[in-house]
Parts: sequence; C-alpha cells; structure tokens
Amino acid sequence: MTRTLDSMSSAIVHAAPPPDPPLLDVAELKKRFPVSGTIGPLARLRRRMKGGPVHLPMVHAVDDVSFTIRKGETVGLVGESGCGKSTLVRVLTRLLDPTDGIVRLGGRELSLTPAKRFARDPDRGRIQMVFQDAGDSINPRFTAFAAIADPLRRLRGLSGAALTAKVEQAADQCGLPRALLSRFPHQLSGGQRARVGIARAVAVEPALLVLDEPTAALDVSVQVVILQLLERLKTELGMSYLFVSHDLGVVRLLCDRVLVMYLGKIVEAGPAQEVFSRPLHPYTRALVDAAPRLHGHGPAAVRLDGEPRSPIDPDPDVCRFYGRCPRGVDRCRTAMPDLRRLGDREVACHFAEETPA
Amino acid sequence: MTAAPALLVEDLSVAFRTRGGVVQALEHVSFAVQKGETLAIVGESGSGKSVTAYAVMGILDPAGRVTAGRAMLGGLDLLAASADQVAAVRGREIAMIFQNPRTALNPIRTVGKQIADVLLRHANVPRREAPGRAVDLLRAVGITDPARRADAYPFEMSGGMCQRVMIAIALAARPSVLIADEPTTGLDVTTQAVIMDLIGDLARDIGMATIFITHDLALAAQRADRIVVMHAGHVVETAPTAELFARPRHPYTAELIAATPDAAANLSELASIPGALPDLRRSDLPPCRYAERCPRRQTDCDVALPAAPAIPEHVVACWNPLS
Ligand SMILES: Nc1ncnc2c1ncn2[C@@H]1O[C@H](COP(=O)(O)OP(=O)(O)OP(=O)(O)O)[C@@H](O)[C@H]1O
Ligand SMILES: Nc1ncnc2c1ncn2[C@@H]1O[C@H](COP(=O)(O)OP(=O)(O)OP(=O)(O)O)[C@@H](O)[C@H]1O
Ligand code: SF4
Ligand code: SF4
Ligand SMILES: [Mg+2]
Ligand SMILES: [Mg+2]
Repeated sequence: MTRTLDSMSSAIVHAAPPPDPPLLDVAELKKRFPVSGTIGPLARLRRRMKGGPVHLPMVHAVDDVSFTIRKGETVGLVGESGCGKSTLVRVLTRLLDPTDGIVRLGGRELSLTPAKRFARDPDRGRIQMVFQDAGDSINPRFTAFAAIADPLRRLRGLSGAALTAKVEQAADQCGLPRALLSRFPHQLSGGQRARVGIARAVAVEPALLVLDEPTAALDVSVQVVILQLLERLKTELGMSYLFVSHDLGVVRLLCDRVLVMYLGKIVEAGPAQEVFSRPLHPYTRALVDAAPRLHGHGPAAVRLDGEPRSPIDPDPDVCRFYGRCPRGVDRCRTAMPDLRRLGDREVACHFAEETPA
Repeated sequence: MTAAPALLVEDLSVAFRTRGGVVQALEHVSFAVQKGETLAIVGESGSGKSVTAYAVMGILDPAGRVTAGRAMLGGLDLLAASADQVAAVRGREIAMIFQNPRTALNPIRTVGKQIADVLLRHANVPRREAPGRAVDLLRAVGITDPARRADAYPFEMSGGMCQRVMIAIALAARPSVLIADEPTTGLDVTTQAVIMDLIGDLARDIGMATIFITHDLALAAQRADRIVVMHAGHVVETAPTAELFARPRHPYTAELIAATPDAAANLSELASIPGALPDLRRSDLPPCRYAERCPRRQTDCDVALPAAPAIPEHVVACWNPLS
C-alpha cells in the first residue's frame, strides 16, 4: 500500500457524513501491475547491468475510478475486453489489494484490511462474487452440491437438513436441475457450471453481489430465469448488484445505472436506458452500434479503426480513446478529459456537450 | 451442394457413465460443413453442443464413449482412426477454440511462446520468425501493445484476452476446419466483431470451414450460412440461416427464437422456454426428446423419428412441424 497521509486526510473530508450513506463507496481507486518480464532476479540483474533508469513499466489496469452503489441498486459495468473490469471487481471484493484509493462497504473502510486477512473477516458474507470463469473457479473435487454448500456452512453456519434444504432451494432458483447436484464440474456443461457459480453466491444472500459476466455462458432461456431471480431478490431482500457484462441488452433490462469503462477509466456513467439510447461518449456510441441484433441487417457498419492506446504507462495528458476516436482532434492529445457531470450523466470527453441527440 | 464436405458428422451417439446412471448425451447427430462455409450449432445449455465438438476432436472425458457414428475429415474417419492419425491432423487440419479459455492455456508458459509453439509444430514457420509471427497474431486478435504483452502469462491477462490468445493459437496453423465453441462469449461487441471478421477472412481466403457453437442467436443470424439446432442431444432442425429465422419449423426452434431478448422493454416481458431438458439418464426417454415440453405433441410423436439425412436444405425432425 502506498497511501500517503495526504490522501488519507482527503478521504476523511470525503467521508463527511451524507444523510444516507451508500452501501458501496469507491473513491479514486487505482490498481497497477508490473509488466511481465520486468520483475524477478533475472530482470533485476539485466537492469543493473544496463544501469538505466529504475522505472518499472506498469499496466494501469484501474486508473482513478470512483462510484457508489446504493442499497437495492443495480449498477452495470461494461467496457472493452481488457479495460480493467475484473481487476476493479477483484479489488472491491477484496481479492486484490488496491495500489491506491478507498473501498467502503456500509461505511466501513474495507481497503484497510489486507486481501489475505479479509477471507476470515466477519464482513466476508456481506459481499459475494460470481466469477468470470464460473466453472473454473469451482473446486474440481467438489460436487455441485458441495460447492454451493461450502459458503453456506462457513459464512452462515448452516448444517444438516437446513443446509440441504438451502442448497436445493438455491439450485431450484437458478434453474439447476437437482439431478445435477451430485456431479463434479467436469461432468457439467459450461452453462450448468455457470449456474452452480451463481447459486453458491446467491444462497448466502449477501448485501452486495458482484457478478462478473454471469450470463455469458447461459442461453437466453436460463438467462431469463437468472435475471428474474436477481430482480426478485432485490425487491425482497434489498440486495444490491454490480453486474459486469458484455451483453448490453441484458444491462439495459436489469440495471438502474451503468458505468462504461475504457482503458482503466470510467468514460461515461448514468441511467442505463439513457446511456444506451443516447450515448454521449464516442466509445459508448461505438459499443452500442456494434451490438448484433436478431433482426438487424448484416454486420454493423461501424468499426473502430486505429491502434488502441497501450495500457502500459499511458500518457496522462492524452485521452485514452484518442487514435481510435472518430472525433479526436489535437486538443485530445494534449489534455486528458475529466469525468464531468452533465445532468444525471457523467462523461469524460471534451465534446460531450456537443454530441448530437 | 455436390462437393465433398470439409467435415461430415453422421449418426453420432455418445454416452457417459456416471454414478447415477448412463447419460445419453448425443443420439444420431448428423450435419455437414462445406469448405468456406460457417455452420452454427445453437441450442439450450446442456443440449450437447460441446460434447459433439469433443467427440469429433477425440477429446471426450474418459467416462464418455462414442457408441455409434463417423466423423469424416476428407477421407479420414476421425472416430475410427488411430490416436496417432488423429494427433497428426489435430491442430493442423482441424483446430478447436474451447469454451473455457483459461484452463485450455498452459498456465506456466508465456502466451507468445504458446503461439510460437503452434507455428513451429503445425505451420512450418522457421524458428527465427516464430516470435515475430506470434506478435502479429496477437495484434490480429486485437491485443493492444502486442510486442510487450507477448511475454505475459495467462494469469496476467483478462478473461477475454485469454480467449483471444486461444483463438490466435487455433488460427495459427490456418486449419481447414475450425470448431469454435462459444469463441466470443467473453468479449465485448466491438472486439467480437474483430474476431468474427478474422474468422470470416480465413473462411474466404483459405476456404476454412467453421463450426460455430453459440447460444447467441443474433450473432448466429449475422455470421452463419446455415444453422443446426440441437435439443437434448438431438439435432432437431437444420436450415439456411435466413430460412430458419423466417420460417422455423420445429416447435423448439420457434420457442428459442421467441425467447431472444431483442426488443423486450422490461424483464417481466421475457419468457423462458417452458419446461426443462429431460434427465438424459432416463431409460424411458421418448423418441422426440422435446415431447414433454411441446405444445404440438400428438400421438404420432411417440413413434421413432426417421433419421435425418446429413446434407439437407431444410430438415426438421418432427411429426407435427409448423408450416
Ligand atoms: N495479475 C496481473 N498481472 C499483470 N497484469 C494483469 C493482471 N491481472 C490483470 N492484468 C491486466 O490488467 C488489464 C485489465 O484486466 P481485467 O482482467 O481487469 O480486464 P477485463 O476488463 O475484465 O477484461 P475482460 O472483459 O476481457 O474480462 C489487462 O491489461 C490485463 O492484462
Ligand atoms: N463427463 C460427463 N459426464 C456426464 N455427463 C456429462 C459429461 N459431460 C457432459 N455431460 C452432459 O452432457 C450434456 C451435454 O453437455 P454439453 O457440454 O455438450 O452441453 P452444451 O450444449 O455445450 O451446453 P453449454 O451451452 O452449457 O455449454 C449435459 O447434460 C452434460 O451435463
Ligand atoms: S476527448 Fe477527444 S479523443 Fe477523447 S473521446 Fe472525446 S473526442 Fe474522442
Ligand atoms: S415430434 Fe411431436 S412432440 Fe416432438 S417436437 Fe414435433 S410435435 Fe412436438
Ligand atoms: Mg474480465
Ligand atoms: Mg458447451
């Protein structure tokens, strides 16, 4: 952790008690990774021999991200492959330590507890995660039943008949046939494994459920079952969700608000319906235009040309989308656009106001 | 269609032994894909799409057994050939993109080296040129800053980046048949378009035949020439893409199309397909495995269905199809 006293005090100012504190509060979060081949004894030796600068190239996976989620709110997170979505959710579910920034759950600052210790933290049960590789994240020696039962036993203290009943209920709710509960992961299809991953997280009834591409492996029919289940748990238990997905149609249907990420930064945020029907950031526009439609006419015409900017040590004064952006002008490579508020939207583009309706 | 298909699968049946009984995962599955053609296989989760691919590639789980059928790659029956014969064509003539990218990659070898390995082994690329060509392939699948990312290990890449590395590996040898199992599920739509274009280019340039497994009907509509619909281990309908969407004839196909959330305004409007796949361990499975969910069922439906021919224009396995 590289937090300075300075940023600590600014964090305290930030915490000046709002009337209804959000369930999740993420402030100025950063996560960087060293680039492969630049760490380890061999690379250190090579650097020493060269006697060059000691700066290590870093992947800026998450760069200064702030947002909140209220109780009972569903927030979508969309963005290009590799833009930092999974890294962001792994930091806020405390599987990774942030490089800098703050994560608060229900007022408590989680980022102060190292990831290693959080596994045994009493708050562990309040935040659950459905992993992107749902299948691969299930212990291969666990049957589907054991996989769903494990967190219930550890975090909710269930056992015996109560445990069995709860596991079966979760399986039913997720459209996972009970006949499959005795199977091991390799005996299940991709979508069946994904449902095991969802059932085990939902069963615990966390305050915040973070879902990383939960429906990617599911066909539409099962998807509907899951989406309607999430909706019901939200009304009945007031659960909140952070829902990472590439399926804009699903995000539009499920989410109250959406965050659009590009190369480590949030470039647009706002009510999901509005953002998708009238995108203000050029990247959001491109994303919306590229979605295939069942009754559309052949491949989408819009293609993002140009070389994407590298996530490795990106220039802080150049818009991350510059080079691929159809609107980009000189100003975009001398000044990084800030995320600015425009009505109930936030947009990081110099020309957001001028976007035609 | 007179030319010999690039891959012909005929009457394929597969069963798995489990503690709870034998799972009849595939029964009499037949389809063919021509040179340069893209054939999509669609169907509910658990309908047997991946098992079909694994059987053809000779990589079924040890508990699984091919009980009938053949898979002709040119003159070679992949299901009858020796392990050596299959190993000789796998990766070179016929390649596969797996549904679970991270586990399909070697976790302790950098992605650049893994691609270079394939180029050396299957594409006769000189050793000196392999690393550079690997970087080119990474760029082609849309990895940013490919020269520096080639040294990364799979765990240092995002889910979608691993998926694209695997696509680069499958395409490296420019195979004549590509089986792509949900190749773009982990990808955003702009990256998805890049990948599907790349596959389309190879189909055009070298006549690669593609079997494209997906549950995304909109994507299949956009990219496939023909579509095979599977349900509970059976092929229930095969037709040219436009024809299938305009005039689905099998009741299951019609339900599948209706369940696609293209224009739904809210969640409650979405309908899932009534009922569930039958338990494939049952010994009393009806000849039509959709019968217990089907609103059009009639007494004929309990008689065994005629086997569908392999290279049809529009074939439907149903006694009472929609017209
Ligand atoms: N452990 C790690 N070491 C080094 N780099 C990493 C590590 N984990 C992630 N990265 C890098 O961080 C960036 C963001 O990755 P992340 O997995 O968050 O993307 P994502 O938005 O989830 O993408 P996808 O949609 O493909 O899953 C990528 O450039 C990735 O290579
Ligand atoms: N090793 C195994 N043992 C027992 N049953 C298996 C095994 N592998 C697969 N199955 C079963 O065979 C059926 C078909 O599985 P398959 O993986 O082909 O489905 P799929 O159509 O690819 O579905 P998805 O879209 O979810 O990936 C499923 O019901 C699955 O549970
Ligand atoms: S600031 Fe410039 S380059 Fe960046 S998104 Fe806006 S127009 Fe495009
Ligand atoms: S064969 Fe009969 S039960 Fe089966 S799909 Fe056709 S109408 Fe329905
Ligand atoms: Mg991810
Ligand atoms: Mg599958």
